[in-house]
Amino acid sequence: MATIRVQEAPFDAGAELDAFAAGRTDVGAVVTFNGVVRDDGGALAEMLIEHYPGMTERAIGKIVEEAVRRWSLADCLVIHRYGAMKPGDRIMMVATAAPHRADAFAAAEYLMDYLKSRAPFWKKERSADGESWVAAKDEDEAALDRW
Amino acid sequence: MTIDVLYFAWVRERIGQPRERVETSAATVAELVEELRGREPRYEAAFADLNALRVALDQELSDFDAPLTGVREVAFFPPMTGG
Repeated sequence: MATIRVQEAPFDAGAELDAFAAGRTDVGAVVTFNGVVRDDGGALAEMLIEHYPGMTERAIGKIVEEAVRRWSLADCLVIHRYGAMKPGDRIMMVATAAPHRADAFAAAEYLMDYLKSRAPFWKKERSADGESWVAAKDEDEAALDRW
Repeated sequence: MTIDVLYFAWVRERIGQPRERVETSAATVAELVEELRGREPRYEAAFADLNALRVALDQELSDFDAPLTGVREVAFFPPMTGG
């Protein structure tokens, strides 16, 4: 009932959305979130995302399982890329489908909060000045407390 | 016992390799870290601040006090930045 894909290749968010929960008549709400490579200072050349093959899929699987347990969902999709990306490129996508929108919104937020700090990905930014690892933010950790 | 030790992100860069097989008699993660730190400066550089590190045992997030009994794969990495 859930789809999880961890991949290097880009994905077509529009096509994914069209295919998601297609043909189901018990779904009244679909929520999607897309994570995009942001260039704050105009100097970012590339973002490099590393992950832990094996653990990544397991960790996302557990997060999705918990979302399915907490909310009434008809379907759930997580796509997360790794490798090299340019500013403006899509990094990841979450979609939730539910009979009612409250469940779809809440589950999507929950998935995003946990993917941010409990799925083994690490981001590195490369600019003309050199390379640096993106540090985890305290507020991302704190965001988990609300659940 | 022999365990696979994996490193990610800047931990991997400081140690200079993504993984290695380690022969150890360490009973806990903390003991394994102490063993590694005693090896070479590059390990000391990677493990200098354990508050900046996370550990996974057999691909499950764990902590430094955890026992290594039956564990086959230990991974060290900084806090995750997914999404």
